[in-house]
Amino acid sequence: MIGNLIGVLFDGIAYGSLLFIISIGLSVTMGLMNFVNLAHGAFAMLGGYACVIAMTRLGLPFLASLPVAFAVSAIAGIVLERLLYRRLYRATHLDQVLFSIGLIFMAIASATFVFGSQQQPVQLPEFLRGQVRVLGLDFGAYRLFLIAVVVAITAALTWLIERTRFGAQVRASVDNQQASAGLGINVERVFSLTFALGSGLAGLGGGLGIDVLGLDPTFPLKYMVYFLLVVAVGGAGTIKGPLFAALILGVFDVAGKYYVPQLGSFVIYVVMVAMLLLFPHGLVGRRA
Amino acid sequence: MKNRNASARRRFITGLAATVATAAWAPRFAFAADPLKIGLILPLTGPFASTGRQIEAACRLYIARNGDTVAGRKVQLMVKDDTGLAPETTKRIAQEMVVQEHVTILAGFGLTPLALATAPVATEAKVPMIVMAAATSIIPQRSPFIVRSGFALPQVTAPMAEWASKNKIKKVVTLVTDYGPGLDAEKTFVKRFTEGGGSVSDSLRTPLRSPDYAPFLQRVKDAKPDALFAFVPSGEGTGVLKQFAERGLREAGISLICTGDVLDDDLLDTIGAPALGVVSSHHYSAAHPSPENKAYVDAFMKANGGMRPNFHSVGGYDGMHLIYEAVKKTGGDGDGEKIVAAMKGMSWTSPRGPMSIDPPTRDVVQNVYIRKVESRDGHYWNVEFDQVDNVKDPGA
Amino acid sequence: MKTVAGLPTRKWTKFEIGFWLLPVVAFFLFPKYLTLGSQILIAGLFALSLDLILGYARIISLGHAAYFGVGAYTAGLLAKYGWGEPISGLVAAAIVAAAVGLITSFLVVRGQDLTRLMVTLGIGLMLFEAANQASSITGGVDGLSGVEMRPIFGVFAFGMDGRTAYVYSLAVLFIVFCFARTLVRSPFGLSLRGIREGEKRMPAIGVSVPRKLIAVYTIGAGIAGIAGALLAQTTQFVGIDTLGFPRSAELMIMLVLGGTGYLYGAIVGAAVFMLLQDYLANLSAVYWQFWLGLLLVAIVMFARGGLMGGAIALSRRWLRSRT
Repeated sequence: MIGNLIGVLFDGIAYGSLLFIISIGLSVTMGLMNFVNLAHGAFAMLGGYACVIAMTRLGLPFLASLPVAFAVSAIAGIVLERLLYRRLYRATHLDQVLFSIGLIFMAIASATFVFGSQQQPVQLPEFLRGQVRVLGLDFGAYRLFLIAVVVAITAALTWLIERTRFGAQVRASVDNQQASAGLGINVERVFSLTFALGSGLAGLGGGLGIDVLGLDPTFPLKYMVYFLLVVAVGGAGTIKGPLFAALILGVFDVAGKYYVPQLGSFVIYVVMVAMLLLFPHGLVGRRA
Repeated sequence: MKNRNASARRRFITGLAATVATAAWAPRFAFAADPLKIGLILPLTGPFASTGRQIEAACRLYIARNGDTVAGRKVQLMVKDDTGLAPETTKRIAQEMVVQEHVTILAGFGLTPLALATAPVATEAKVPMIVMAAATSIIPQRSPFIVRSGFALPQVTAPMAEWASKNKIKKVVTLVTDYGPGLDAEKTFVKRFTEGGGSVSDSLRTPLRSPDYAPFLQRVKDAKPDALFAFVPSGEGTGVLKQFAERGLREAGISLICTGDVLDDDLLDTIGAPALGVVSSHHYSAAHPSPENKAYVDAFMKANGGMRPNFHSVGGYDGMHLIYEAVKKTGGDGDGEKIVAAMKGMSWTSPRGPMSIDPPTRDVVQNVYIRKVESRDGHYWNVEFDQVDNVKDPGA
Repeated sequence: MKTVAGLPTRKWTKFEIGFWLLPVVAFFLFPKYLTLGSQILIAGLFALSLDLILGYARIISLGHAAYFGVGAYTAGLLAKYGWGEPISGLVAAAIVAAAVGLITSFLVVRGQDLTRLMVTLGIGLMLFEAANQASSITGGVDGLSGVEMRPIFGVFAFGMDGRTAYVYSLAVLFIVFCFARTLVRSPFGLSLRGIREGEKRMPAIGVSVPRKLIAVYTIGAGIAGIAGALLAQTTQFVGIDTLGFPRSAELMIMLVLGGTGYLYGAIVGAAVFMLLQDYLANLSAVYWQFWLGLLLVAIVMFARGGLMGGAIALSRRWLRSRT
């Protein structure tokens, strides 16, 4: 019984970590630029496909392909931000939603055209496959790896935000754009870099997630709900909020499917609506 | 003068007689000169695009191999995409094809709701409707003009349950996708397997969209059955097999048995090693060792850039065969009732093996094969090692 | 289209009359396309319901299809289990959909844009799951078939030519449109406009914002339910896709294409979208999705008012150039 519970918790935390790493970029974008970017999943998908190409065409091993995924998505992020997103910062949320839906459609169509509509396989290195026995319980090796990666990245992000000048600039811009600009902070550059970072992380998450979430052209739509959920429940503009939200949602989703499989996905939506009612501004909301 | 008049009259009468004789034959020819329009409605985009792709390729292959003329009529294949997502679109496309294009036959139908929504159109317009992919039991009952050329889930599941009973498998957990065919499979398996003396300790259902198989397979592992019986729609097999391998279910002593949809030929190489040794039951394997199939697979792969034909493709190929042979039997007559009557009882050797159309139900009767995944020259195949002959759909 | 402060005038203008003559003329000109025609009209009605919520009250809803589906299943189930009379089925569907809308509206009016988006999305998804789970009633993913309709007024039966369906849909659309048009010009409609322009200031003049939002949301849900019921009755089938997210997303696109806040924009957008889809999707469905996305991006960046906005701007310029 306890063994099962621990197994479920472990799976849930791993799943939640993956959601977190993809969604953190969205949280920062929404908190910083107040931009509702539904197309965030497209950056994750782009990273996933970049990872696949790096492995199949360039022959890189899985671990080396992950930075490629990060880089490709980050670059795409900068380019799109400069060209398109920037013009819509002052637009209404409706326009932003529509714009991002349009981007999603274009991304899905392009992916279908280039890669076909089937699931992409991924060859994991040997040491990441199978299970690891700890204290008499089996834990998936890959999921352990996932959790480790996310812990590392969260630590790095926190250090970036709390301890570096850039991080201070980001925090200032989130709190009050005008005042920050008045203090001489190049807010535009902060936006671009943050957007790139967020997209890059999404791409990394996309690559990491191929084995767990799968990768096919409908990825941005399939998981859009989950990413938005994490940000809405966790509160845009922070790191801690989405982290807790992602973990909670991950655990509830897995637990729901394990203990009450008939209801399965229902559980996560109910939890979401409940949390949104209790915390309309997110768990650790900053924006009023 | 008289002679010339007589010969002119004779010529005139001969000419008149010839004209009348031609006129008596002419309806046949004028009739036969009408192209035979076949409306093929398939999901060519969206999540079920692979089904549509396979069927369209198979239909075109049939025409390429058998000529585009039947009983003097030229075959015109009109392919339309219904995305597989909106039954009212499929119904509307069918209606438009019947009303505007005057198609003689409707065919295709990648999913159950699409076929069910279109059934009334076939009945009202008296147009034969060949269901090539959708696999829920009740479909042919919805219209007297529906003839199925694909398969039905209970039909391929029952032999699997019986094989399991006879092969030292006592306790099973079933895992199916929560929709029509999945529920059909679950019901049939549970019924047949318990009749054979086995027990089903748990029946899990996964949602149709974005299924994450991890928690379900974990639950299966914790239940410690002898085997897991799984059914997921074609295309989803990768996810199931991946989790099956990763969680070490095989090492824990749980074997995997399933219907062939999980080990879709299209995907088998992508799934790769985790599929080795998995036993499944289905009506078609690309590795079926008959000369007809070998020729079929070779021609299919050649015409489609190396794409392997899967079980949906034979639904399309044999559907075309049905149409051709029925129209030949009616001599080119496009009357719906006559064509359906001609199809009833038809039997032939398809790439999948021998098959026939059961007259009272208009459903397909065929062999169901038990196969195991083996590796041959670098590729993975479903190799048949046992079979049940002439299985009729037992219904769910 | 002449407007006073952006609202339709009391009398129907020439353009409006001309607009409503178009579908009547189409009935005679295109007898073979009446099924497509009735589906366009139904989509127009559905988009109209969203225009009230989105265009006039600025509530971003990603789950509006939920009410469409509820209406469709209500009408479908009524007909399947014996009550095949169309008009009462329509009314029943409207009531049920409005009731669901009312209940969910309490969740929707809290919080701001992102929360509303998530809640509406979540509600749509939950209803979809519920319909899937209750497959013994709804038919689940296989859909609800066996919907048998009795003739309207006992005389006009639904046939394969689609004539009854077309006239029926047109009549319902017109009646509901008149209602919406009146609503938008009423004090209620004006207060909605006030909320749209400056939500925070409305309490200062004594307007209870949440109550207005709840009211408009309920009305929008009810109208969506009517559209859903129309679809169920004219196609004699209810698919689970009526509740799905793709339908909600498509709806938003139609509305934005035509232009929000004009009422006519909803119908124009639906017509253009469905005609384009029918034509282009046959050319190449993958390209269709791409171009649709591109169109959406382009509209947002360059043509914010949609087709109606563009048409009005053009007509103003034309009028100005004449004086």
